[in-house]
Amino acid sequence: MTDVTSQANEALFVVRGLAKAYEGRRVLDGLDFEVRHGECLVILGRSGSGKSVTLRQLNGLESADGGSVHFDGIEISALAERELFPIRRRIGMLFQGGALFDSLDIADNVAFPLREHTTLSEEEIARTVGEKLALVGLPDVEAKMPAELSGGMKKRAALARSLALDPEAMLFDEPTTGLDPITSATIGRLIQSIRADSNVTSVVVTHDVALARRIGDRLAFLEDGRFTFVGDWQEADRSGPRTLADFLAGREEEADAA
Amino acid sequence: MKARQVFEQAGELAILGGRAFRAMVSPPYEGGLWIAQMEQIGVRSLGVASITTIFTGMVMALQTAYSLPAIGVKYYLGTVVSKSLVRELGPVLTALIVGGRIGAGMTAEIGTMKVTEQVDALRAMAVDPVKKLVVPKLIATLVMLPALTILGDALGILGGLFVAVLQLDLTPGFYLNDVFSTLKLADITSGVGKTFFFGYFIAIVGCYNGLTSRGGADGVGRATTNTVVLSAILVLVSDAVLTKLFHLLT
Repeated sequence: MTDVTSQANEALFVVRGLAKAYEGRRVLDGLDFEVRHGECLVILGRSGSGKSVTLRQLNGLESADGGSVHFDGIEISALAERELFPIRRRIGMLFQGGALFDSLDIADNVAFPLREHTTLSEEEIARTVGEKLALVGLPDVEAKMPAELSGGMKKRAALARSLALDPEAMLFDEPTTGLDPITSATIGRLIQSIRADSNVTSVVVTHDVALARRIGDRLAFLEDGRFTFVGDWQEADRSGPRTLADFLAGREEEADAA
Repeated sequence: MKARQVFEQAGELAILGGRAFRAMVSPPYEGGLWIAQMEQIGVRSLGVASITTIFTGMVMALQTAYSLPAIGVKYYLGTVVSKSLVRELGPVLTALIVGGRIGAGMTAEIGTMKVTEQVDALRAMAVDPVKKLVVPKLIATLVMLPALTILGDALGILGGLFVAVLQLDLTPGFYLNDVFSTLKLADITSGVGKTFFFGYFIAIVGCYNGLTSRGGADGVGRATTNTVVLSAILVLVSDAVLTKLFHLLT
């Protein structure tokens, strides 16, 4: 445990030996990694490799079968659901489909965490909502319902909601999946500009290599429940495993092609 | 379903019920959400609950009079209709019809939120889905099902009155005098008392099946069907147990 606390100074998330199985199938088989303060770690991997499961461990949405997750020195993998709430207020999460509440309009969606967790007046909330929506480039949608927005606009509105409480860390689950290349680039640019503004620590799960190259400081490559590579892009391009090189180049593996 | 799964599910339903009651009594209390659910669950069930019991009261009056004409049973029409409605048919039919409607609605709503990650979004924003989604529905059901049942009882007796007057040549005074002289407070408390249990089962099953939905629209559909079937079974089985229990107590 001494090793975990000493690393907590430089790393916001410290993950050790993380294991998870579903119905007897091992999805995560002993993951070790850190996410440093202010950096953007991209977790790459093929569909179904367990990327989202890994992400959902970082704010305790799913429990682990083994190993530990520390956030800012707190072992969140040992906490009960209620005890996780103070942690989750500090961590924003952007879900794959946006997960906007479809019974609320966009303004109420973005205001939701503010109404739950702050004592701001309605005026202050309205101002914050306007600011966050402007930040993601969505003015004049406050009164619209989520169903009236396109996929890309929903994601941006959801991003505004996840930023409402000014989180220290952001978790992005497939932020560009299902979007056209131009909208994907817009999302990538937004994530970059948010990081430039607030220096928020980010973990991005994706299989979008262009996005990963654009926003990732470091990358981790998930294969069969293990990271076969963790490092920066130079190392990845120079000395990454062949499966990673194939993934980055979009080449079919021999096993698949055969 | 295997026996083991039945017990597991029963346990999970009990755990959800416990969590809901704990969340219910701990502040903050979100009255606005409760009122909205009472409107959704109670006010919008008025039509179906009324139709069910009015016609049941009418049919009971007709059947009673036709089945035993020789012994003049129609002179006891008020007794027969009001006792069986208030003690049994009002609570159970209301729970079955209204329960099917509102339980299925709960599962469909919460289930859709579950499969589109809105339930996870609540959790990720440090909000308890049980407090936000389950508690308002449970409270609304516990308030509205008894209220609908009392209204239904009254309307059913009124339905009997129509038949008594228009078909069987009794006077309204005679029929109502019979009703009020035989109906005891114990009949009402045992009948209405059951509906709190029915309401609890309906709300918890509806919310549980929603929260455990998975597999997209197909999964939500299956969960919704399961809610209608399981809540109906629980209403009927618990009715038998509770009827015996209330008999022992009174």
